[in-house]
Formats: sequence, structure tokens, C-alpha cells
Amino acid sequence: MDLAFTKEEQAFREEVRQFFRDNVPPDTRRKMVEGRHLSKDEMVTWWRILNKKGWGVSHWPKQYGGTGWTSVQHYIFNEELQSYPAPQPLAFGVSMVGPVIYTFGNEEQKKQYLPRIANVDDWWCQGFSEPGSGSDLASLKTKAERKGDKWIINGQKTWTTLAQHADMIFCLCRTDPGAKKQMGISFIVFSMKSKGVTVRPIQTIDGGVEVNEVFFDDVEVPVENLIGEENKGWDYAKFLLGNERTGIARVGVSKERLRRIRDLAGKVESGGKPIIQDAAFREKLAACEIELKALELTQLRVVADEGKHGKGKPNPASSVLKIKGSEIQQTTTELLMEVIGPFAAPYDVHGDDGSNEAMDWTAQIAPSYFNNRKVSIYGGSNEIQRNIIAKAVLGL
Amino acid sequence: MDFDLNEEQRLLKDSIDGLLTDSYDFESRKKYMMEKGGWSKTVWLKLAEQGLLGLPFAEADGGFGGGGVETMIVMEALGKALVLEPYLATVVIGGGFLRHAGTDAQKAAHVPGIIDGSKTLAFAQLEKNSRYDLFDVATTAKKKGDGWVIDGEKFVVLNGENADTLIVTARTKGERRDKAGIGVFLVPANAKGVTKKSYPTQDGLHAADITLTGVEIGPDAVLGNPEDSLALIERVVDEARVALCAEAVGLMDESLKTTVEYIKTRKQFGVAIGSFQSLQHRASDMFVAAEQARSMSMFATMAGDFENAKERSNAIAAAKVQIGKSLKFVGQQAIQLHGGIGMTMEAKIGHYFKRLTMIENSFGDTDYHQRRVADGGGLI
Repeated sequence: MDLAFTKEEQAFREEVRQFFRDNVPPDTRRKMVEGRHLSKDEMVTWWRILNKKGWGVSHWPKQYGGTGWTSVQHYIFNEELQSYPAPQPLAFGVSMVGPVIYTFGNEEQKKQYLPRIANVDDWWCQGFSEPGSGSDLASLKTKAERKGDKWIINGQKTWTTLAQHADMIFCLCRTDPGAKKQMGISFIVFSMKSKGVTVRPIQTIDGGVEVNEVFFDDVEVPVENLIGEENKGWDYAKFLLGNERTGIARVGVSKERLRRIRDLAGKVESGGKPIIQDAAFREKLAACEIELKALELTQLRVVADEGKHGKGKPNPASSVLKIKGSEIQQTTTELLMEVIGPFAAPYDVHGDDGSNEAMDWTAQIAPSYFNNRKVSIYGGSNEIQRNIIAKAVLGL
Repeated sequence: MDFDLNEEQRLLKDSIDGLLTDSYDFESRKKYMMEKGGWSKTVWLKLAEQGLLGLPFAEADGGFGGGGVETMIVMEALGKALVLEPYLATVVIGGGFLRHAGTDAQKAAHVPGIIDGSKTLAFAQLEKNSRYDLFDVATTAKKKGDGWVIDGEKFVVLNGENADTLIVTARTKGERRDKAGIGVFLVPANAKGVTKKSYPTQDGLHAADITLTGVEIGPDAVLGNPEDSLALIERVVDEARVALCAEAVGLMDESLKTTVEYIKTRKQFGVAIGSFQSLQHRASDMFVAAEQARSMSMFATMAGDFENAKERSNAIAAAKVQIGKSLKFVGQQAIQLHGGIGMTMEAKIGHYFKRLTMIENSFGDTDYHQRRVADGGGLI
């Protein structure tokens, strides 16, 4: 057992950190720190910088543009990226559809899609959830019917994150209505510009528009847009969801937020002195930091395990990551609410025009708190995670 | 970055797990509890035979030169089997003082007896009003000739009844809560002026309240600097905290395992109660709590080697907080999921719960350590 990173790993961390310092546009970083939404341009600009450096799809196999890093290097890269903070690569392209395509797609598809994913020439979105299919995803109803050399797609997806920016969607569609529910699903990709695709924004409780409903009305898709085999889509979906085990804890994100809380709590007054001097507050903050330290260690156990034994059989501790990671992220937003106190209330009256520097930092704290309620719901709700632990780990 | 045991450590784990599987089932434990002092001399000698009592001592002193990881392995195994024998008091704490501060003569006098199992130790530190502050010492040690005279009262001294030697903290100068002026002394348990009141503790161990009245000891009884040994005490107690974290992980593992087995077999409404989602989720949360505790136990184990004393104690305090929170949840829910049977002395789960509970209140509880981390500027 050894807690230390090697000299090479430490040097790598420094290299990554320096690259972020030199290359993340300052305004992008500031907006991230303040919890503001970034424009499509801001995100794409940064991802292309990353891709130019060769780090855009770091965990892909080398022949498709990956880096060949060790699992510890990936961990360091992610932690530094999250805690700088800078936007993480677009998960829908880089972590989800990309690996499905290079693992199950044909050569033509790899050539066509992978470089465009890496450079975000196509913005991808995920067509999984439906109004009637949330945690029970396999009950989905959107159907794709084969007509000649086309799929005809009809149905509705929902919670489609950033579909308003998307050029492409990967979609789970029912292709065999007679089969048992998991068996008749296929994984089909197509252009969001196709005729018959309608995107309707959903405003969430934070006031933002991150998610959408997407309607398909006789959308015609070429048959070659099927990825892998027909009716095997559920397997690919499971592969996709199981692919990213360690990033989901978002330790770096919480670390950055805790540093911000400590910083703000040294400035905001309560009872005539900085709130950090309030023992009750300080202990709550320490409690959260300790929880995060435990999560970081749990994550490192999983990372070290993967580095040594491969990704074949996941360390059971990996099931902890989503539950604790989301809980801690939510706690950090609660602590920010506590720091800001009565100034949580004003809506973002100034916008982001820099007209009121003294108060601008307060604007996104309540929305961020509201918005972060999502993290224990998406990606398999924490209740679903508990079902998984009960079944897969405890054998109940 | 590596969380795996090496080959030798795996062998160590197999060997102690094997020994305890053979000799430490729950029924045997009840018998050991009835022996003098509340534990089994026979088991103790078996631990000695396997070299476990000499584990952390340097090879030059007759030991095996084991480090924190080796102690973690042993303590986890002792927790899993709910072992009564005084490993913490004798090897971890007593041994710790000798390793960090013992002179060659002191080591020669005490270490061989620890290693061969013939002698055990006890740490007489807690006082009526000291609670968790290690520097809060009212017991006095006054110079007499070239020796010392000790007066004071010590409470809940684990293994106090059986120990051959007491390790006593006492003030050589200053006021009760001064950080300077504290010494550590090796006191023969049969010295004139030592009186003991022994009793079983809530978790089935044995402790004693010990009064020292004009106890005279020689100059060779001083461990370290008699006027400035708080750092030494903190170091050894930190090692004890780390060991308790590992013991708690073993206890939690076994509690969770026992509980899961129980809800798989206990039937109500015609089905195993483990098929109910509310119980499954509770068990999953117990798993999460136990894994977080394991991570922090490993962290504390490795932090034990940190050279920077502040970083070391901060990390260990954080671990004790996580362990305290986890053990409370796992312990309480293990009883809840067992239902009525969990309330009985007959079922083993309650005994695990009791030991876990006592660990929370040993060497600083959750609030105490959380305050330390908070006042120390946090962890990030």
C-alpha cells in the first residue's frame, strides 16, 4: 500500500495544470467558478483547444486519438480539469457515443464519426429517457420501423441535455415490438437537422434551459445509421452507462467548490465577523471536507484497481461513487447558500455584464443549489444505485 | 498509488484470519470472557506463537519490523472476530511507547516479554475530567532523589486488571491543562501504592480504575523527556486511533455480512425480508458507509508515516470522524434490520454494535475530531 503519486505522475499533474493556466480562456473559468452557464461557442472553443493538444478524447484507444495514459493519469487529468475549473469534454460525444462507435461500429462509421466527435464538429446529444421511461428505461416506446433502406422513427425523448446545440443524436429505439422489453431495442444515430425532429426546451427550477423534449415525427434515417447489431441496443446502452465509473464522483468539482466556500466564508460577515469564524459553520464545512476526502480515497482505490487489474471486474467500491459524489456536490451548494444568507434571494438582476462586481458572485448561488438537485436523479437515480448495490454487491 | 497488500502482507492476513476462524467463534469468545481479566491466555500465546505480538517491533529488538499496514491487517482481523485480548493496550500502545521512546535498557526489559506473550501492558491515561484532551493531566510525578513519586487517579484503563506494567501519564510541572510538563512513566502494576478496581466494560472487555498513591519508581521508569512528552503521547495515541479505525472496519464488515445473511434467511409475509426494497436500501447505505470507512482507515494507516505531525494528526482526526459516523450508522442499522433478535445478548450482532459504540468514544469522539479538523483549517 502506498498513497504517494510517483515523480512522473506529479510532473504530469504540473504539466496539465500549467496547460490549463495557459490555455483556458479566463472568462470561461470565471463563469465556471460563478456557476454560470456557458455559451455553445465558449465550450466548443475550449474543447478544440484541448483537442488540438491531443487531450480531447484522452481515454480513447490510441488509434482513434487517445493518449494511452494510465488510469492514474486519467484520474489526475480529470481532477485538475474539474478543480481548475474548466469544462469537461462533452460527455455525450466523448464518453458515451464515441466508445460505443469504436467498440461496436463498423469501419465506415468509425471513420465518419470519431474525428468529428473529437473536434466537436458534431455536438451530440443522448436520446434515452422518455416521458414514460425514466428509471425503467427499457420500457421505452420510441420506435424505428424498417422501410426499404430507411428507418422511420416516431416517438418522443425527454431530458435531452443541451439538445438545442446538438447536430447529432444517439437514440435507443424499439425495433422489435414483439420481443421482451430489453431485447427489441436498437442503437441508431442521426442528424438533429433531419426533417421531423422538433426540440422543445424545458425550463428547470433554476430558471435555466439545459434540457429539452425532442419529438420525432416520421423522421427518415438511412439504414446504415444503425450502430452494431439490430436489437442489441440495450447491451450497448449498458456498456455506455458502465463505461465511466470514476468521473461520476466529480471529486474535483466538489474540491473547487469547497475552496470557494472557504474563500467566501472568510469575507462574508455574520455577527460582525467572517462566517468562517462561526464554529457551527466551520464544523459543517469540515464535515463535508472529510466526506469528500473519504470519497477521493474510495475513488483512488477504484482507479488503482483498474490500473492493476483492468476494467473487467469493477471494484465493488465503485458503486459508492455516484451516491456519495452526488450527495457531496449537493452539500457544497447548500453550504454556499448558507454563506450567502439573505442575498440568496435576488434574481440575477444584473445579468453577467460586470456592472456590479461586488454582488455578481451571489447571482448564481441559489440557481446552482436548485440545479444541483439533479445530480442525485440523473445517471441512474441514487435509489436505482441502491438497488444495484443490493443486487450486485450484497446479493439481495 | 497502490491499495493492494503485498505478498507478505497477504500471508499475514491469511494466517491471522485462519487462526481466528479456528479459535474464535462466538461461543468460544463467551468462554474466554469468563477467564481471569476477561480474556484467554491460551489465545494470547497462540498470537505470540504466530509472531503477531512482535509484529511492529524492530528486528533488532526481536520483532518483525512491521509497519502501519501490518497493524491494520491485524486490527481488522481482530475486529472481525470481536477479539477480547489486549492487543491494542499491549502491542499497539504499550509497544508504541517503547518503540518511540524506550531506551535500549527499557526495550530489553519489556519487549521480549510482550513478544513471547508472558507480559501485557496497559495505558493509564484517562482522568476524571480530562475527557479527550491528552494534555489534561492532574496526576503528578514529583522528583524524589533520582527517582519519582506518582500520585493520581486513572480511569477506564483497558487491560488494567491483568497488565504487568502500567504506562502512566503524569505531570512533572505546570498546571492541569498546560501542554508542557507532562511525562510518561513505566510503573510495575504491583508497585506499592497502586490499587485497582476492575470491571467488565460495556463491550465485554475489561478495564480498571487505578489509584496511585505515593508510588515510588526509579529513574529507569521514565519514557522520553519527563517534562515534555505530549508529542510522544500524541504520536502513540494517533497510532492507537488508526488501529481502532481498522478494528472498526473489521467490525463493520462482519456486522454487514451478518445482517445481509440474516435478512436473506429471515422470512415474513412468506418471503425473505431481504426482498423488501426498504431493507435493501438500508443495507446498501450500510455498504456505502463501510466502504467510506475503509477508505479512511487506509488513509489514516498511510498517514501514520507522514513526517509532518500536523498533517498526520489532521488526517487521522478526519479518519476517526468518518469511522465514527459510519460505525454509528452501520451498528444501529444492523440492530434495526435484525429486529427483536438483534436486541438479545444471545445474538452476536448486538456485541458487535456494542464494541463499535465504545470505539466511537475512545481517544476522541466524532465531534471532538471534527472540531480538530475544523480548527486546523480543514482538509482541502
